[in-house]
Amino acid sequence: MDSVRSEREGQNGSRIPVALKILIAGGFGAGKTTMVGSVSEIRPLQTEEVLTGVDGADSVDGVEGKTTTTVTMDFGRITITEDLQLYLFGTPGQDRFWFLWDELSQGALGAVVLADTRRLADCFPSIDYFEQRGTPFVVAVNCFDSEQRFGPDAVSRALDLDGDVPVVLFDAREPQAARNVLIELVEYVARRQLTSAGR
Amino acid sequence: MPADSHRVAHDWLDNDAGPVVRPYAMTQGRVAPEGGEFDLVAFVVAVAGGHPGDNASLQPEHHAIVAAAWEPISIVELAAGLDLSLGVIRVLLGDLRSAGLISLYEPPAASQPHDVDVLKAVVNGLRAL
Repeated sequence: MDSVRSEREGQNGSRIPVALKILIAGGFGAGKTTMVGSVSEIRPLQTEEVLTGVDGADSVDGVEGKTTTTVTMDFGRITITEDLQLYLFGTPGQDRFWFLWDELSQGALGAVVLADTRRLADCFPSIDYFEQRGTPFVVAVNCFDSEQRFGPDAVSRALDLDGDVPVVLFDAREPQAARNVLIELVEYVARRQLTSAGR
Repeated sequence: MPADSHRVAHDWLDNDAGPVVRPYAMTQGRVAPEGGEFDLVAFVVAVAGGHPGDNASLQPEHHAIVAAAWEPISIVELAAGLDLSLGVIRVLLGDLRSAGLISLYEPPAASQPHDVDVLKAVVNGLRAL
């Protein structure tokens, strides 16, 4: 850590924090914005990406085109220490913005996939995405109506998850509960790291 | 937020009306920053002793970025605070970097696994909140 710190000294003598990204994914209405809002220490902010044309944002030709779309992403921040900050990004819901996910998940610590047991299939695309990319994720079942008919094991089976992927039940509106989901994720990432390091 | 004060001045222009200036007009149509892309959570800091006022090619948005980056700030927060889209702010940041007015600090490389000690610090930090 010390070596990292010394490289990251700003010219004004201010220290540059290390930022870690966590993605909050899931279907429409699963509680992504709520979760980002309940754990963030700052008022959740929105950032926009303006997309030009349908061929993707990198196409210079698209800039002359008249069709632009604005994608809004929610994000929040948690300061762990002066040198370490956690950024939470709610992923854009629509499938056609997958390429934004690519950017978001670049170097991300991991992801939380929010599931609603009334519409479980909504989180399949997120799970497929993170499985394919090898991004570690946990599944968090958002129990808004405090009426939870399925346990974690049933959800895990229904989603056909690998045995070690944690499934937790929580209420996205509760900051403590939402933080516990993040703890679950980070611990899972650490376990995976230790296992892949050959123990 | 400069963009907001403009909007307040004209009550027929609300947020739903969208920006008056098309987003990439601010970058003269450029969509990629000079000197390559940078991460959403890269940190920006204004270079001490830089004189953005001397540089006639800079626009108000450039100056607003330099002013907001006196303390280290992540790109995503900077974009949200100045009401600029991520694509636009990246181009402007590229200009400022070329002009030597800001420094950019990328997060640790994506290929590098996260340090277990850092992960432990995150867990402890979250528990302590």
